[in-house]
Amino acid sequence: MSTTTAAANRGRVLGSAAVTWLVLAAALLLWELVAIGADSVYFPRMTDIIATGADVLLSGPAWRLMLGDAVFEIVLPSLATALGAWALSAALGVALGTALGRSSWAMDYCGTLISFLRSVPPVTLMPAFMVMFGIGVQMEIAAIVFSTLWPIVLNTVDGVRSVDQVKIDTARSLGTPRRYWIGMIVLPAAMPKIFAGLRLSLSIAILLMVVAEIVGGSGIGLRISTTQSTVQYTEMWFWVLLLGVLGYALNTALLAVERLVLGWQPARGDDA
Amino acid sequence: MSTMLEVSGLTHQYGQGERAHVAVQDLTFTIEAGQLACIVGPSGCGKSTLLRCISGLIPATGGSVRLHGDEVSGVPDDLAVVFQDYGRSLFPWLTVAKNVEFPLRWQKVSKAERQRRAAEVLESVGLAGVGKKYPWQLSGGMQQRVSIARALVSRPALLLMDEPFASVDAQTRGELEDLTRRVQRDLGSTILLVTHDIDESVYLADRVLVLSKSPAAIVADLAIDLPTERDQIATRESEQFVSLRGEVARLLQSPQVQRTGENAPAETPAATTGTDDTTASDATAASETTAPAEATGAALSDGADTAEAADAAGSPDPTAASRS
Amino acid sequence: MRTFAKGLTGLLGFFLLWEITVQAGVLPDYWVPPASEVATTFVELLGDREFLLGVIATLLAWLIALGVAVGIGVPAGLLLGSVPALQSASRALIEFLRPIPAVALIPLVMVTIGSGPDAKITLAVYAAVWPILFNTIYAFGEIDPVLLDSARATGANRRQALTWVALPHAAPFIFTGVRVAASIALIAVISVEYIAASEIGLGRYILEGGMNNGHLDQVMAGTVLAGLAGWAINSALVGSGRRLFRWADTEERATR
Repeated sequence: MSTTTAAANRGRVLGSAAVTWLVLAAALLLWELVAIGADSVYFPRMTDIIATGADVLLSGPAWRLMLGDAVFEIVLPSLATALGAWALSAALGVALGTALGRSSWAMDYCGTLISFLRSVPPVTLMPAFMVMFGIGVQMEIAAIVFSTLWPIVLNTVDGVRSVDQVKIDTARSLGTPRRYWIGMIVLPAAMPKIFAGLRLSLSIAILLMVVAEIVGGSGIGLRISTTQSTVQYTEMWFWVLLLGVLGYALNTALLAVERLVLGWQPARGDDA
Repeated sequence: MSTMLEVSGLTHQYGQGERAHVAVQDLTFTIEAGQLACIVGPSGCGKSTLLRCISGLIPATGGSVRLHGDEVSGVPDDLAVVFQDYGRSLFPWLTVAKNVEFPLRWQKVSKAERQRRAAEVLESVGLAGVGKKYPWQLSGGMQQRVSIARALVSRPALLLMDEPFASVDAQTRGELEDLTRRVQRDLGSTILLVTHDIDESVYLADRVLVLSKSPAAIVADLAIDLPTERDQIATRESEQFVSLRGEVARLLQSPQVQRTGENAPAETPAATTGTDDTTASDATAASETTAPAEATGAALSDGADTAEAADAAGSPDPTAASRS
Repeated sequence: MRTFAKGLTGLLGFFLLWEITVQAGVLPDYWVPPASEVATTFVELLGDREFLLGVIATLLAWLIALGVAVGIGVPAGLLLGSVPALQSASRALIEFLRPIPAVALIPLVMVTIGSGPDAKITLAVYAAVWPILFNTIYAFGEIDPVLLDSARATGANRRQALTWVALPHAAPFIFTGVRVAASIALIAVISVEYIAASEIGLGRYILEGGMNNGHLDQVMAGTVLAGLAGWAINSALVGSGRRLFRWADTEERATR
């Protein structure tokens, strides 16, 4: 790529980032105005929500960069659970998907089963998970893994199957030993699809984190239900919006990793 | 000269029983070390199957393939293949240099040595300095140069090329043909190249093997005694080239190649390509059972546009001959 | 049909494995009741009028929610997809809104709308609208300019080109979005019924089973029914999508 196009690209990216923040600012302002007009307890002003959020998150001592207890006791544990379970699911899903995809018959038998399991609403399995693992972080992890596993498995199967005959012939004619086959040929070829599955399941992981926390009573989910029942609607709004920010940040981070890992791909359109 | 490749009684059929399709039947030929041989035959005649059998990618159902005396079962270490579809043959997730180094990974070659050899071979195909790029950043012709470099890096005894220049533009094709002849001479390698392009086979080869329609069998084995130094314009204009080209074209149009005798193709009759030009033809074809076939051959050999002639000869066109 | 039989074999194998592991004590039966017990409860429930009314309520809410989501998602996607300026302006907003899980909005919706049917429909619409919106936008972004140019070259004006070329091109992608949304909407409706303790519905029924400790068979039967319903809906839509759009090969490319 020549430097001029790189510079032009950077210019476009900067331009679109500016538009992004402008639109966001406009939306927040609109919210503020509508909330002032509506004057309802259920619909607090944006400035109040942000102030409450700052209060909750930034009430700590200076040596902790002002980060309040809520960050360490609520936000980070919630995130750790979601991301840990998601990572576990990724490892399991890619392994299972590779095995199923490499087999010529396994998907004939397991395909229907997996699409059935994917259609099971994970929320309704909560009672079963609670009985199995008790109320706590284990139950939350189980619920998240169960619901994020299937998209990863299905995408990995797809990806593993997308290795074309020419590449197989090429790799064989170049004397690739069997034990390097999966690592050197199959997984790199499947990587774009695997990442698509990982992105999808990351958003599901956040969803299930909240569900499990509402049901199990911990973390951000608990704060949302508590603030609702104690009529602290401003703080409730803050937590809900925080989920949006966290989801956006995690998705952006994963996209950055994907760009790094899949740097070999021709420039792709931004498939949000 | 020693024998590099010995193919004897090679047969390959897909499927079993009634649904069986014989792609290659009882093929026997040898290639001497240091030769550049071209196999030319109509499209769909089983050339690719033949190449896959020779390279050990698929086991033949009959006969044997020997590479410098050793029976081929599985892909031999000192054999490399260049495929037509460079877009799919290069690993998109590896840089150009890493692609070229790839076959050396499985050999006892140090990392530094690998990099040195990759750079060296990239330079010899005219691609110095692009090692850090990814394949998609190169043009089609350059990508095919990369796959040629990758095939050459482990200094294979035999290089197989399956329609290697069929997916690049005419200009690039000429360059790649000259490149192939140059590296072959520089490295003294043995190359077996499969093509459907008559001009290309004559221009490139020391020797042209003409295959019949499926099931593939050898109908002629021509020595190409053009001078070693060839030139895209001058060589192609030379009388010798023109007459050789005509000879191969006529062979490809012969009933023997079209296999009209045994099983007349039942496909839809395409528009006749041959005119009624009945210039006397000294077709080398053996039994000339049908006059129209001869006429077609003659018309083709007179055709000014060589690419067109090649295409017409190469297409699995059950024209004239079969319907008389 | 043979693939169908194999799929069924796999499904039955799963239930058999479940039965055996529980009966053999590999999985303790207070964890999960054996499949046979769940199957019995399942069959009993199919004759239970009240339960069936609950299921119908759930399906009705699902159908309405999906309809509304299509009604919002497709026009919005068409608008955003065909006007690039709008698309880049709205992208940020959409990117922030999308990760907010519908479940997190349950408390909010409960205090503003209550826990009646409109609450679960609202939340299901919110959850289901995203895949439809994205696939519709995507379908327009993906269209090959050569296709539009060819249409214009035949004398079609901009509006005609949109109607006769862009829309048919987008249709399979939009359909895939609707298919994904259908699954999500069903899961959302049932989840809201469960978490918000709706008066009636499949989710409510499962919640009751979970509350009266030891009624895990009720929980599992309800869950299996929900899974089967979701699977059946998805399979039906995949099948009709294939029939409707024989010429397209979108399943591969569109977002799952």
